[in-house]
Amino acid sequence: MELGVKVGSLFLKNPVITASGTFGYGVEFKDFGELEKLGAIVVKGLSLLPREGNKGVRITETPCGMLNSIGLENIGSQAFIEQILPLLPWEKTPVIVNLYGETFEEFGELASIFAREEAIAALEINISCPNVKQGGLLFGQDVGAACRVCEEVKRSAGDKMVILKLTPASPDIRALARALQDAGADALSLINTIPAMAVDIYTRRPRLSNIIGGLSGPAIKPIAQKLVYDVVSCVDIPVIGIGGIMSPEDVFEYILIGAHAVEVGSANLIRPTSAFDIVEGLEEVALKLGIDSIEEYRGTLST
Amino acid sequence: MKNLVEYTTVEVKAIESTDNERFFWLVLSSPGWEWVPGQFVMVRPQAWEFDPFLPRPFSIANMDEEELRIFFQVVGRGTRRLSCLSPGEKVNIWGPLGRGFLIDYERPLLLIAGGIGLAPFIGIIKNHPRPENVELIFGHRRDIKHYPISEISRRILVWCVQDKSHKDLERLRKAVRVKIEGYSPEGQIFACGPLPFLRMIHEICSDQRAPVQVSLERPMACGIGVCMGCSIRGEGGRTYHVCTQGPVFFCNELDMDNLV
Repeated sequence: MELGVKVGSLFLKNPVITASGTFGYGVEFKDFGELEKLGAIVVKGLSLLPREGNKGVRITETPCGMLNSIGLENIGSQAFIEQILPLLPWEKTPVIVNLYGETFEEFGELASIFAREEAIAALEINISCPNVKQGGLLFGQDVGAACRVCEEVKRSAGDKMVILKLTPASPDIRALARALQDAGADALSLINTIPAMAVDIYTRRPRLSNIIGGLSGPAIKPIAQKLVYDVVSCVDIPVIGIGGIMSPEDVFEYILIGAHAVEVGSANLIRPTSAFDIVEGLEEVALKLGIDSIEEYRGTLST
Repeated sequence: MKNLVEYTTVEVKAIESTDNERFFWLVLSSPGWEWVPGQFVMVRPQAWEFDPFLPRPFSIANMDEEELRIFFQVVGRGTRRLSCLSPGEKVNIWGPLGRGFLIDYERPLLLIAGGIGLAPFIGIIKNHPRPENVELIFGHRRDIKHYPISEISRRILVWCVQDKSHKDLERLRKAVRVKIEGYSPEGQIFACGPLPFLRMIHEICSDQRAPVQVSLERPMACGIGVCMGCSIRGEGGRTYHVCTQGPVFFCNELDMDNLV
């Protein structure tokens, strides 16, 4: 059973990648499984300088999911490279950094910083975080801005693969996907969390101090799958599916639709062994499907 | 020294309300962990599947080779569902989590608890080799019979102060102030309860003596320092995660006025 997949220039031993923001910096999960068993790891979104994130209450439960408005709290690019990267088994499992900039230039600067590190396999560009206020420009919703970010990053990324992470809030995700492919994106990952909110009828207040947060978890899987379906049909570059994956069967759903690989997110929070268990369970499902490789199953959805 | 954290499945041995279905003892089969009072565990019944989505964090009230005991209050959907568990049901847990209390068993110990904040002290009280050194000030709003105070008061000296409303912290404030003023400078002080309660204790204790150890509670999804839902502000602008760097902190590590 060949579980390996090629995502652009990256070879993954299986299609399971852990999603940014749900797997810390990887090291936190050492007690729960062997990081080398995973297809790849995407670490918590990194900015140039450390960020504290938003104040107050930043997470809340919703039906079959959760909202988060963490606000990209992170230790900053420098601390990650110096303190965390050396601890990760990057030779056995690709380490992908997720990065976020407040300006076009910052995206480029971050890309060149990470491009210098042998231990980093690829860059995932966060142009879609709903949790950060920054002068009104939401890069992911403006095609021109998104392409400019992509170009800045590609210019500085050296030979590192560049993955653009898309928001479901985009007015036309197909147009965005096509434009990013033209702008040089090596792959696309979708979806990031869905802008959403929850309220408390007794306090008459939003449950999140930031009011709005990003929805994740099984509740979003149908929305994510529809958007992955939309995008795979209009680009040639690989698409990584993200949204509500809790089981190996969910992984195959995304592959069926046409994704090359997937990211497992919130599942890691509610059961820290999730990513490892999902990898372990792939072979059994593949047997039931009667397939010998992930590649042969990809995009075979019949419509 | 960091304990190895384990994800495992245990069974419900008992679920008992102390009175009128608001406070409960959840007794689980023991995972056999080595633990320190002040540490906590993430709890998620298998039957929950996708909903309720998140696990719930609870102090380890007590644990031995037979049982893991959790004392909790029903405050919302998750705790209400937990109160409906049946003996024999499977529950996924991970722990022991966090930094517990630093206890010197030779020195006097004053515990100050507010309501359900009593939970992390239960094991300390039951297992302390020198109970004559231990005292508890217990502030509560609800009837004392909800809490395991009568068994506690058989082992150590307990001062109970009942406040009727949140404006009534005055009675508790007086009791704490009187006790602290007379308390041995050698003594350790631990506190656990709602934030306004902890701020009050910090205020009273901050001038005179060794810092109080407080156990904090914040919204948590993962309990292992990954989701970053539990971040608080420390002294000097530091950010701490309550789940990994706490839940127990020395008061002077924290920016008590701008904690969240």
